[in-house]
Amino acid sequence: MRRLICGIIFLPFLLTSCATFNQNNYSRLDLIQKRNELRCGVSGKIPGFSFLQTSGRYEGLDVDICKAFAAAILGDPEKVDYRPLTAAERFTAIKTGEIDILSRNTTFTLSRDSSEGNGLAFGPVVFHDGQGLMVKNISGINSIEDLSNKSICVGSGTTTEQNINDAFESESIPYIPIKYQDLNQVVAGYLQGRCSAMTSDRSQLAAARSGFNNPKDHTILDIVLSKEPLAPASEGSDQKLSDVIRWTIFALISAEEQGITKSNIDEKLELAINNPRLKPLRRFLGVDGGLGEKIGLSNDFVIKVIKSTGNYGEIYKRHLGKNSKVPIQRGLNQLYNKGGLHISPPFN
Amino acid sequence: MDKRRKFFVQTIFLFVIIFLIIILLNNLIINISRTGLGFNFNWLSKPASFSIAEHSLPYNPSNSYSWALFIGWLNSLKVIFFSLILSSLLGTILAFARASNNLLIRIISSGYITVIRQTPLLLQLMFWYFIGFLGLKDNTKFAVYDFFNMSNQGIKFYSFEISSEFAALLFGLSVFSSAFIAEVIRGGIFSVPNGQWEAFRSLGISEKKGLLSIIIPQALPAIIPGLTSQYLNLAKNSTLAIAVGYSDIYAINDTIINQTGRAIECFLILLISFFFLNMLITNIMEIINSLVMNFKK
Repeated sequence: MRRLICGIIFLPFLLTSCATFNQNNYSRLDLIQKRNELRCGVSGKIPGFSFLQTSGRYEGLDVDICKAFAAAILGDPEKVDYRPLTAAERFTAIKTGEIDILSRNTTFTLSRDSSEGNGLAFGPVVFHDGQGLMVKNISGINSIEDLSNKSICVGSGTTTEQNINDAFESESIPYIPIKYQDLNQVVAGYLQGRCSAMTSDRSQLAAARSGFNNPKDHTILDIVLSKEPLAPASEGSDQKLSDVIRWTIFALISAEEQGITKSNIDEKLELAINNPRLKPLRRFLGVDGGLGEKIGLSNDFVIKVIKSTGNYGEIYKRHLGKNSKVPIQRGLNQLYNKGGLHISPPFN
Repeated sequence: MDKRRKFFVQTIFLFVIIFLIIILLNNLIINISRTGLGFNFNWLSKPASFSIAEHSLPYNPSNSYSWALFIGWLNSLKVIFFSLILSSLLGTILAFARASNNLLIRIISSGYITVIRQTPLLLQLMFWYFIGFLGLKDNTKFAVYDFFNMSNQGIKFYSFEISSEFAALLFGLSVFSSAFIAEVIRGGIFSVPNGQWEAFRSLGISEKKGLLSIIIPQALPAIIPGLTSQYLNLAKNSTLAIAVGYSDIYAINDTIINQTGRAIECFLILLISFFFLNMLITNIMEIINSLVMNFKK
């Protein structure tokens, strides 16, 4: 009894020790500028999106998005501190302020965006994905029905877990979910034969398959279980920072639309300076209009971003293009005028 | 005078502690409301909408989050309970093997304890699961007609089935804890003075009887406190289940945090659950301890 009472008295200590001292309300944007470094949460385990290279550097689409933010805010794409996070850790990491921005294959959903849910603010979608299933060719499985009463390897703490359940429950097909904490374990469980199929976003399945000994022995089924718009996110109550995220990504998309690339940015700038009639280009590149200042950045932030990472199309080609290690067709990730979904609101 | 001063110092100390708790609690509340994470347990009654592979009671994804947590809790208890028994048995055998007169048995048991104690549990669990249990690719490798079947899907006797995840966790936890328990028991046995051994031997009492009725009763008071802390460790270590895909309370909490975003509430539930489970283990061991002490008198 005595021990119980002591325990109850000291439990609050444990809880309160995680409390940090109260700070006044201010935007993290100021903090990032003062710190002169951006803390960006990534996965670090998904080839093509964020993957630790043998050189010790992170590379991928998600990583380049972090670099674009650092270039926009600090003027230098290398001033990023990458924090590898698991799927379950990522939201707490934003809420507690461990990271400034999350750029980690995160699906944009209502409950994550809402103040009563995870309370985040999502930026524009940087990759349109869908959940799929991968099976071994020799298993002869080619539909959801074939997976009845079979085990399926799933990553826990992700939307995948809910989607697979929705898909099987609505068809009343029983299945056994084997849940692991991260994608590497899901892959190991699948390859070791614990599960008849593994499920994840189709891009991640393709990325995982690229690392197998015999990629051709595995098939990604045609069924798409869900839409998975992947977007970066920040703390929900911080509008200044989420504006920066939003317009940096729109700048990448808009630059591709206008044919502005890493190599021709200087010519375009000169063109804008010399031609007062090219109003939209002048505004976009910060010659006129003072748009950057309105979101707490310098007016030439677009130039800094494009100079360091190139436009959206260039980023995509570098990490997911035909000649990259993880080739994924652009499909939905084309610009709106080429049959895809990416569009930027006007820079006015 | 001295007594009054003591009282004075203690009162001040008490006030300082209370003051600190108030500051910290106040801070916690301010910070929680600032980040919009205010306490809210309404989500507990909402449907979980994820499935759980292993459940001892009926469960489907339309059940509430609280039921899902309870199912996870039962899964945890199941693995903790069986590991406690298995590791105690294994630990006792090892302890006697280490104290044995036979050189070979002594070398094998001390080698086992050294290897197991010197490597991290997480690594061992992954080893048993990914290499041990999932390494059995073929369904018929360890089949004895219909009675016993062992494959990477699990172990099956008659109609009794256990999954590879449960088996790997049970096995890994038991093997790991048994090495520590063996050392605690061995320490207890060695704490009995050598004279006691010589005394019962000289009285012509057999080794087995002497050990059971003379040495062990004297060793128990030294063993039980150490054993208690090993049992508490075992219960807490069971949360590593997530590494081998077993749906224990921690793994289910992980999913719920992700779906609801209620990290603080979920961790609070987890904290309190383990607090009371470990209180239970401590108190049961305390009762056993007092029984042993009475027996000794």
